[in-house]
Amino acid sequence: MKKIEAIIQPFKLDEVKEALKGAGVDGMTITEVRGHGRQKGHKEVYRGQEYNVDLLPKVKLEMVVPGARCDEVVAILAKAARTGKIGDGKIFVFDVAEAIRIRNDDRGESAL
Amino acid sequence: MKLLCWLVLCLSPAAFAAEQLPDVAARLTAVEAAARSAQSAGDNAWMLVSAALVLMMTGPGLALFYGGLVRRKNVLGTMMHSFILMAVVTVIWAVYGYSFAFGGSGSFFGNFQFAFLNNVGAAPNPDYAATIPHQTFMVYQLMFAIITPALISGAFAERMKFSAMLLFTVLWTTLIYFPMAHMVWGKGGILNAFLGGAIPCLDFAGGTVVHITSGVSALVCALYLGRRVGYPGEGFKPHSLVLSFIGACLLWVGWFGFNAGSALAASGLATSAFVATHFGAAAAALGWIAAEWMHTGKPSILGGISGAVAGLVAITPASGFVKPFPAMVIGLCAGAVCYLMVVRVKHMFGYDDALDAFGVHGVGGTLGAILTGVFATNAVNDALKDSAGKPLPLGLVDGHAGQIVNQLIGSAIAWALAIVGTLIILKICDVLVGVRVSREQEIEGLDLSMHGEEGYILES
Repeated sequence: MKKIEAIIQPFKLDEVKEALKGAGVDGMTITEVRGHGRQKGHKEVYRGQEYNVDLLPKVKLEMVVPGARCDEVVAILAKAARTGKIGDGKIFVFDVAEAIRIRNDDRGESAL
Repeated sequence: MKLLCWLVLCLSPAAFAAEQLPDVAARLTAVEAAARSAQSAGDNAWMLVSAALVLMMTGPGLALFYGGLVRRKNVLGTMMHSFILMAVVTVIWAVYGYSFAFGGSGSFFGNFQFAFLNNVGAAPNPDYAATIPHQTFMVYQLMFAIITPALISGAFAERMKFSAMLLFTVLWTTLIYFPMAHMVWGKGGILNAFLGGAIPCLDFAGGTVVHITSGVSALVCALYLGRRVGYPGEGFKPHSLVLSFIGACLLWVGWFGFNAGSALAASGLATSAFVATHFGAAAAALGWIAAEWMHTGKPSILGGISGAVAGLVAITPASGFVKPFPAMVIGLCAGAVCYLMVVRVKHMFGYDDALDAFGVHGVGGTLGAILTGVFATNAVNDALKDSAGKPLPLGLVDGHAGQIVNQLIGSAIAWALAIVGTLIILKICDVLVGVRVSREQEIEGLDLSMHGEEGYILES
């Protein structure tokens, strides 16, 4: 099993969700986060006082998929989230040791 | 009135019969009484609405405007600064405030003839407003006494102890606001142009009384309290310009009660003041936005609403004396000058007038007071007459350049009283309760440290 963690542009969330749904990914967790990679922030001015905003709003998606489907899901996710501009975000993939469904104690891929 | 009487005489053939005269006299009296009653009803309706509009400027208007400009952790503390004055000043006003501002006929302050609202009832006080109940005049003026100290809270926002703020307000209204209101608007006041002042200063709705006193006191507070922890630096962005926007628009609407209501009647003068107020605000919003657009490359909503408020401030003393186009000139000047003060001069000096109470009210109020001396004209307001009953020239446009000097003297008195009085009051508050919250309380935010609550509980 692999955990896919993607940090994407907030306005791409709906598109990514649709694409993943189309690919049969049923579960995901979404968090509103702030951060930056290589993307520079922007300047805001309030009554002449300048503020450099470098932590920008992003959305973090987390999902766990069977190992065999991981590459396919990552490709779909990346395609849906891409604008081609700086700031599109990143995808990280982790190995998952175990998954447990709390309701009935299912284990492994059947718990996903 | 006279026309009405003649009409009654002409329409009544019996009036020419000598034996009918007592009847005619009685009917005349009845007609006069009915006319007086109708005028009083109209004036009183407008003045009660105006009083409510001016209260709306403080809460929710100013509370939202200022509340949105501070950081999230101080939103309630800041709104409380405005709200609590609606209660505190009201009580002071009833006990002695109204009397100390409008009682007697002294040059500098009132007396205690109206203390505990003694003799302030339904009968008009002809010294101030002959067609509305004395109580209406009293409660209308109260709303001005509430908003004036609330304006100052923009300068000490996010760092003043609540107990000190309360004590400060009680002393400030008593020692600065009431005397200044008496000098400019009270009978016999030294600056009162209409009721026997030695230096006739024109201040229709409170340029000196409200905006110079509060704005200059705000600067003194900002300097005395010092900068907020970490200022200037990152993280001082307004937490909700949406709140500020709603507040500023409520201020704009409420200001019609403030300025047009200052005619103290539902008269043509009230309309003229209403129009001047609106035109001044509009031009000032454009003035600020234009300056900002040229300077930073972007027109902002905060700039627009700040400009509108600056224009409303500047047109306040002039509103009952100027025509619409001069009102727009005053507004445009206020928008541009206050912009420069707030975005340039403040940062040059480095003082922390958190929400620009001085930059907008002190500077806009002074500019408005001086420009009133330029643009005031008896074509708008002919209440000042010479012994032959001819309207006296008012400002420079009427050929009376000396009025500018009167305006400067009035402004200087307001500045001096505000500086000296506020310094003394702050010192007293500092010795008695301490004016500033601790560093830990300030970092935690006033909502939690002063009031034990939070403005936004998003997880509930």
